[in-house]
Order: sequence, then structure tokens, then C-alpha cells
Amino acid sequence: MNTKRKELIVSAISNGTVIDHIPADKVFQVIRILDLEESEKEIYFGTNLVSKKYGRKGIIKISEKYFKPSETDKIALVAPTATLIEIRDYEVTRKTTVNIPDSIERIAKCFNPNCITNKEQVPTKFKVIKIDGEIKLACHYCEKNTSQNNMVFN
Amino acid sequence: MQILEIAAEFEKKPHQNLLNGRVIASLFFEPSTRTRLSFESAIQKLGGNVIGFSSAATSSVQKGESLKDTILTVCNYSDLIVMRHPVDGSARFASEVASVPIINAGDGANQHPTQCLLDLFSIKKTQGTLENLEVTFVGDLKYGRTVHSLVIALCQFNTKFHLVSPVELKLPSAVKRHIKEANLQYEQYTDFSEVIPKSDIIYMTRIQRERFPDPLEYEKVKNAYILDNSMLNNAKENCRILHPLPRVNEISINVDDNPKAYYFEQALNGVFVRQALIASILGLK
Repeated sequence: MNTKRKELIVSAISNGTVIDHIPADKVFQVIRILDLEESEKEIYFGTNLVSKKYGRKGIIKISEKYFKPSETDKIALVAPTATLIEIRDYEVTRKTTVNIPDSIERIAKCFNPNCITNKEQVPTKFKVIKIDGEIKLACHYCEKNTSQNNMVFN
Repeated sequence: MQILEIAAEFEKKPHQNLLNGRVIASLFFEPSTRTRLSFESAIQKLGGNVIGFSSAATSSVQKGESLKDTILTVCNYSDLIVMRHPVDGSARFASEVASVPIINAGDGANQHPTQCLLDLFSIKKTQGTLENLEVTFVGDLKYGRTVHSLVIALCQFNTKFHLVSPVELKLPSAVKRHIKEANLQYEQYTDFSEVIPKSDIIYMTRIQRERFPDPLEYEKVKNAYILDNSMLNNAKENCRILHPLPRVNEISINVDDNPKAYYFEQALNGVFVRQALIASILGLK
């Protein structure tokens, strides 16, 4: 029943990926970090949908798109509860939850404007840490922590 | 701790020809007279030669050279690089591209590790121990890089912290978290006369006018954090006054002759600590 209702709200895709269980307030951030605004594929999204597990959730369906590990790392950082469902010919072929990586390289920017990574051509490196339950990126170089709201990805 | 022990040896015998003509590069991309002279004094007391520059204006940075290129070039001319740079994280990056060791002499607002070492050396020397002391920090605790590093280092030694500052310049919560994680105590004050009798160390810092968005706020607090000799009457016998220098007016000059004033000896200790660091890094005994 539940699945049927979801399909009524957000159209099904024949091939591609569904990102489910996104925190309702992070849907637009996920769209932004994955550069989906620039994509020419069919994309459906919904937010504030009812979720048994999380109360409210968001969902994004992207046609003809399967994510690379560097992209799923980005999703995990802003939407750690997200589930990735790969669809091929309307069938679910793979379902995975995202994993928060221990460290990331090159994919995010340091929020500190005076960090060497923002001043010279130095690739970024971060440890992913949790402070009071919030995910933060601890810069390998300037040692400042970038919080979720300030995360900007390359 | 090992560096502090080696520094104590250099204090007994400062002139040792351990570098024996080796070349040390002193790259100061921003001016810092005290730190640079202290390093260069340390190098010369060790029998080394110094090359380098004292500001970016007199270096190839002026021509647009990247930090990486400067470091790779200077590695060809030197056995070790001492580097001061205005950008956060520059020293760590330099150490990743360099073929010779890099000593961080201050990277932007991030770290100034040799200042922290000389502060620890000064505390140990004056108190005989680093353990179980009551340390009072006064002034700009928000932006003071030396304060942050020293607070974090002292968390290893069961320190009791007294933090005296205007409300606008309180110690950042990220640094206070280190104190909490070490299960240590701290108290925050806006008036510091009451904590003087408890303190083993009083670490003074300068409050800069430009830290206040409203000049009136600065005017209100500027005189509240000045240490005058008369305030030290009730201080403990072993209490010592430290300051990373330069001082402006936060310690009255009438404190200078008080035996508790230690800031100029503290600056001298910087030479021994830097000698110890250079000798250790290059494996010289």
C-alpha cells in the first residue's frame, strides 16, 4: 500500500536512482551538491512526505543516473539517513544505505577563507567528525571545522 | 616533554657548534620580529648559517610565486626551513611538499607551536612542575592563538583554568571543549582582581581595539584588564606573570621590577626551546 502511494506522489522511473529517506530539510541541499540543477535528465523530487521511520522525509528520483562513490560520500555528509535505490527496467536492482566516510579528499571546500586550500592550488582533505551529533568536516590543513550548513562541494 | 628537557640543556650551555655550518632557511612571509630574531639567534648559537627573508615584500611572492614553488626552491638551498606565513594551514602544506623538515613559526590564526613550547618551558622552569597548577589567562581569549594552544597543552597536566576576559572576547567553545573532555575545571570572570591570589601563573594578553565592532565597547573595557604592580600584593610567592609580547599597556611598567614579572625571561627561553627543536629535528646531539 505504502509503495503504491509513494508512486502516486512521485512518478516512477524506468532506469536510474532513487534517493530515499533524505531528511525533509535537506532535499534542496542534496539537489545542489549533486549539481542536479544542471542535469538534463528527468528528475522528480518531493519533500515533507510522510515517513514511518523519520516522520517527514524527502525523495529524489533521477533518470539514467547511477552515482559514483565520491557522489554518495557527498550525499552521506548532508543526508546521512539516505537510501540509494538503483532501478533498471522498473526493477530495483540494488538498495544501499549511504555510509558516512571517515575522511574525504578533494570533494568539499573548506569554509575558512584564510585556509591554504582557498588561497593556493591545494586539494582539500578532511576528517569527518561528529560533534554533539552533528557531522562536521575537520580540515587537515587549517584545523577548522566546516559544519553541515556551510558545506560546499567541488 | 623531551624538547623541554633538551631546552634545559641548552640553557646551561647555549653555544654549541652542532649545526657546524649547516644552512637554515628563515622564511618570514609576514613580519614577526621577535619570533624571527629568536629563531635566528638559536641557529647562530648552534653554529648554523641563516638565509631567507623577513617579509613577503622582499621575496618572490611579490612576483606571484606559489608557496609550493618557493618551498621546493628553498629546499635546494637549505637543511631545514623555519616558516612564518599569514595563511592557515600553510606550514602543514609546506611540510608535505618539502624534502627538508619544516618548523612552523606561526601559520595565520591557526598554530604557533614554538610559542606554546616556550610557554610550557617557562611554566615548568618557574614552578618546578607542569602538574596541578592554577593558571589564569587574561585579555583576548577569543582570538589569542597562543592562549588556545597553551590551554589545550595544559589540559594534559591537571590544570585549573581561570579565564578572565570581556564578554566579547571569551575563550571559544571549541577550546573549552578540550578542558571539558579532559575532565578539568574552568571558571570565567570579567574582573580579574579576585583570581590573582589563587594563581600560580598569570598569562596576560593584549586586547586589540580592532577586535571590537563598536569602539565604545572597547573604551569601556580597555582599562579593566591592565595589571598594575599594586594588584600583586596578595599574589602567591611562586606566582609568575607571563606574556607572549609585544606588550602595549596591559602590564604597567611598574610590574617590570617585580620578581614575579617573567615575560622577558620567557622570551629568552624561546631561544633555548628553538635550539632544542632544531637540534632534535636534525638528529644532532
